Amino acid sequence: MIGKYALRFAALGYLAVLLVAPVGFVFWKTFEHGVGPAWDAVTTADALHALKVTLILTAIAVPANTIFGVLCALAIVRHRYPGAGIVNAVVDLPLALSPVVAGVALLLLYGRGGWLGGHGIVFALPGMALATIFVSLPFVVREVVPVLREIGTEQEQAAATLGASALQTFRRVTWPAIRWAVAYGVVLTTARALGEFGAVSVVSGRLAGQTESLTLYIQDRYVSFDTTGAYAAAVLLALLAVATLLLMTQLKPKEGTQ
Amino acid sequence: MIQARGIVKRFGNFTALDGVSVDVPTGSLTALLGPSGSGKSTLLRVIAGLEHPDKGEVLLDGEDVTRRPPQSRGVGFVFQHYAAFKHMTVWDNVAFGLTIRRRPRGEIKERVSELLDLVQLTGLSKRYPAQLSGGQRQRMGLARALAVDPKVLLLDEPFGALDARVRKELRLWLRRLHDETHTTTVIVTHDQEEAMEVADRVVVMHAGHIEQTAPPRELYDHPANEFVMSFVGPVNRLGDAFIRPHDVELLLEPNGSTQEAMVQRLVHLGFEVRVELVRDDGETLSAQLTREQVESLELRDGQIVYVRPTRQTVFTD
Amino acid sequence: MAADAGALPAAPGARRSVAPGLSIGLSTLYLSLIVLLPLAALSWQAHGWGAISTPQATAALKLTLGLSLVVALVNAVAGVAIAWTLVRDRFVGQGLVNALVDLPFALPTIVAGLTLLALYGPRSPVGIDAAFTRWGLLLALLFVTLPFVVRTVQPVLFELDREMEEAAASLGAGRFTTFKHIILPSILPAILSGVALAFARAVGEFGAVVLISGNLPFKTEVVSVYILGRLESNDSGGAAAASVVILLISFGVLLAIGGLRRWVTKHDR
Repeated sequence: MIGKYALRFAALGYLAVLLVAPVGFVFWKTFEHGVGPAWDAVTTADALHALKVTLILTAIAVPANTIFGVLCALAIVRHRYPGAGIVNAVVDLPLALSPVVAGVALLLLYGRGGWLGGHGIVFALPGMALATIFVSLPFVVREVVPVLREIGTEQEQAAATLGASALQTFRRVTWPAIRWAVAYGVVLTTARALGEFGAVSVVSGRLAGQTESLTLYIQDRYVSFDTTGAYAAAVLLALLAVATLLLMTQLKPKEGTQ
Repeated sequence: MIQARGIVKRFGNFTALDGVSVDVPTGSLTALLGPSGSGKSTLLRVIAGLEHPDKGEVLLDGEDVTRRPPQSRGVGFVFQHYAAFKHMTVWDNVAFGLTIRRRPRGEIKERVSELLDLVQLTGLSKRYPAQLSGGQRQRMGLARALAVDPKVLLLDEPFGALDARVRKELRLWLRRLHDETHTTTVIVTHDQEEAMEVADRVVVMHAGHIEQTAPPRELYDHPANEFVMSFVGPVNRLGDAFIRPHDVELLLEPNGSTQEAMVQRLVHLGFEVRVELVRDDGETLSAQLTREQVESLELRDGQIVYVRPTRQTVFTD
Repeated sequence: MAADAGALPAAPGARRSVAPGLSIGLSTLYLSLIVLLPLAALSWQAHGWGAISTPQATAALKLTLGLSLVVALVNAVAGVAIAWTLVRDRFVGQGLVNALVDLPFALPTIVAGLTLLALYGPRSPVGIDAAFTRWGLLLALLFVTLPFVVRTVQPVLFELDREMEEAAASLGAGRFTTFKHIILPSILPAILSGVALAFARAVGEFGAVVLISGNLPFKTEVVSVYILGRLESNDSGGAAAASVVILLISFGVLLAIGGLRRWVTKHDR
């Protein structure tokens, strides 16, 4: 069965060369001289401010998109209305769209001369928040919709015949069935929000120490030849990513391995 | 008392109910009987408020509830596939209607225990629906619907997903339950045996219309038309006449009114025997005899006998 | 047990439910505000179509589309191979590898680009310097698009009815024939779906490529970087025009995937 081993070797080799080696190398490089220098690099004033900005943006985007996500999924699946198909497609758009395009669109809308321009949205935190919300919009919706479809309406109809109002039905019957899908969606949304770069880059104007998220900070450090600073911040985000990955693995609906 | 007046319901191009009116007397057990697509489930769901009719009214005890949502109609509904709340225990399922009405704990405990006793699920109150058999899940569904004292109990092919033996048991059990509680009950079924066995009155439906409404005996003895007659029991058709197999007499000697026929096959079904015959004019016929009759006639395959209907029905319209 | 004279009163709040209007209205409003309005502003301000046909713009577009196509094709093969290894094979650490496939989804794109630059760039410890080259671009795009085909094919492969393959074997089909005639047709829609997603992602990628490619016009400048360049030159109209082109491509890919899904389920019984 040489074929089997050859395939396994090829597949794992591909993953090793493309994924594992580069990430592992940066981890190694960062802690090459111990945790100390890395810690110092990541606790500079600019770095900490950038981290704070990233966390604020995430803290805004995740709850907003979660509430929207559940409402939208309910609207699409339970209340089949004329525009539902279009809504479904528009929700998917941020996934297929370049983040730079999203940033440009926001810039043109809220920037000087735009329809809603001149209110201090672009080149500032509000604009970055809108950008982060935009790119991380689809995840909760997409996770909840198939679950809602699968559980069907009979339990909810039964609750209605037993006298439950819409809110009671949602709280006691619908929510328990979708909450793990929502959790998984929240994890994906968080990962996306933490890692957002392109849209936020365009909208922020990139003023160091002011409107810089951690991802922008990494780029800034690299082009300033401060590879230590860049790697350290990258490792920080990578650790957050790994934590997210662990949560994703735990909460993921169905596995495809033996 | 349930009254439906002139109910019309369409799904796209398909007309499920074409101006249906029916009365269900208080305290009765009425069956809506018909083949798939006859509209019986749709009618039930319109009465429950789970579907809105395009035309017509639904009245419960004289009150027009057509525009009311299911929550406020006071109907209990039992689904074919149970619609159990999968993530709640049997106890919580049955208690649901009371819990959301914020009844006192003591009252809930007493009522749920009473109901679980009634449906014989007492020891299983901590189990989840997935751990129950189909029959147990449906009994739970019934207990859950009864918990809030509905004025009307509606069952949508409640035993359809269960195997034959469980179906028969639950049928009898439902009838006994009704005799105790006297709740106005409507049951939808496509199984004529079930309808005849369980109901006080049967409403036979076909392609969105009501063909006949009558007690089971009258339905069988005096069917309104060909459809009803063929649906509620086996029937022989000879020209314009419809003859029940047990109304076919077999004689060994011809007399003036008999016709010649040959025995093709004898099907022994326990106490009864179905005799499949072919007449000399080529028409096939099915007769139902007891074992004794078959033995006394010494019937066997290929034998020539003489047949005569003792009773036949002709529909004029 | 005697029947009660009247039913229990309905639960509080059990009037005609107002939920449909609320969820539809709110979600549509949110969606319009966050997604549709900015995109409308973009399309509105996209004049300067001349900017699209400049040599630099055309080069960026051609490079982006060409690379994305290559990436999509490589993923079609690699994705199936990895999915197969995860579903049909069995080895120690398989769960870890499965989780690893999701890493590009979880990792920020700028971090991905940085790690590739570190290992395969100017100060590469293995002597490979792909910075400022199209190979570097390719590497970055392969990194970020890795999970798409794997994740669309995996569940389909998992659900595949082995009996079909056993029947084929009993009729004399070798492993390659079985793959070509039995397995491949079943997973093809999933492959196409994943390929379309990978393509769309590659076309719009920015964070992973911005460091490693060096953004040399005509050589390694992709459309997303070109758009940024237009913004920095105060040519917002030109940036908008190029953005609309990308927007249309993304939308087109989404429609294609939707159409694909409908075509697939048409054959489901």
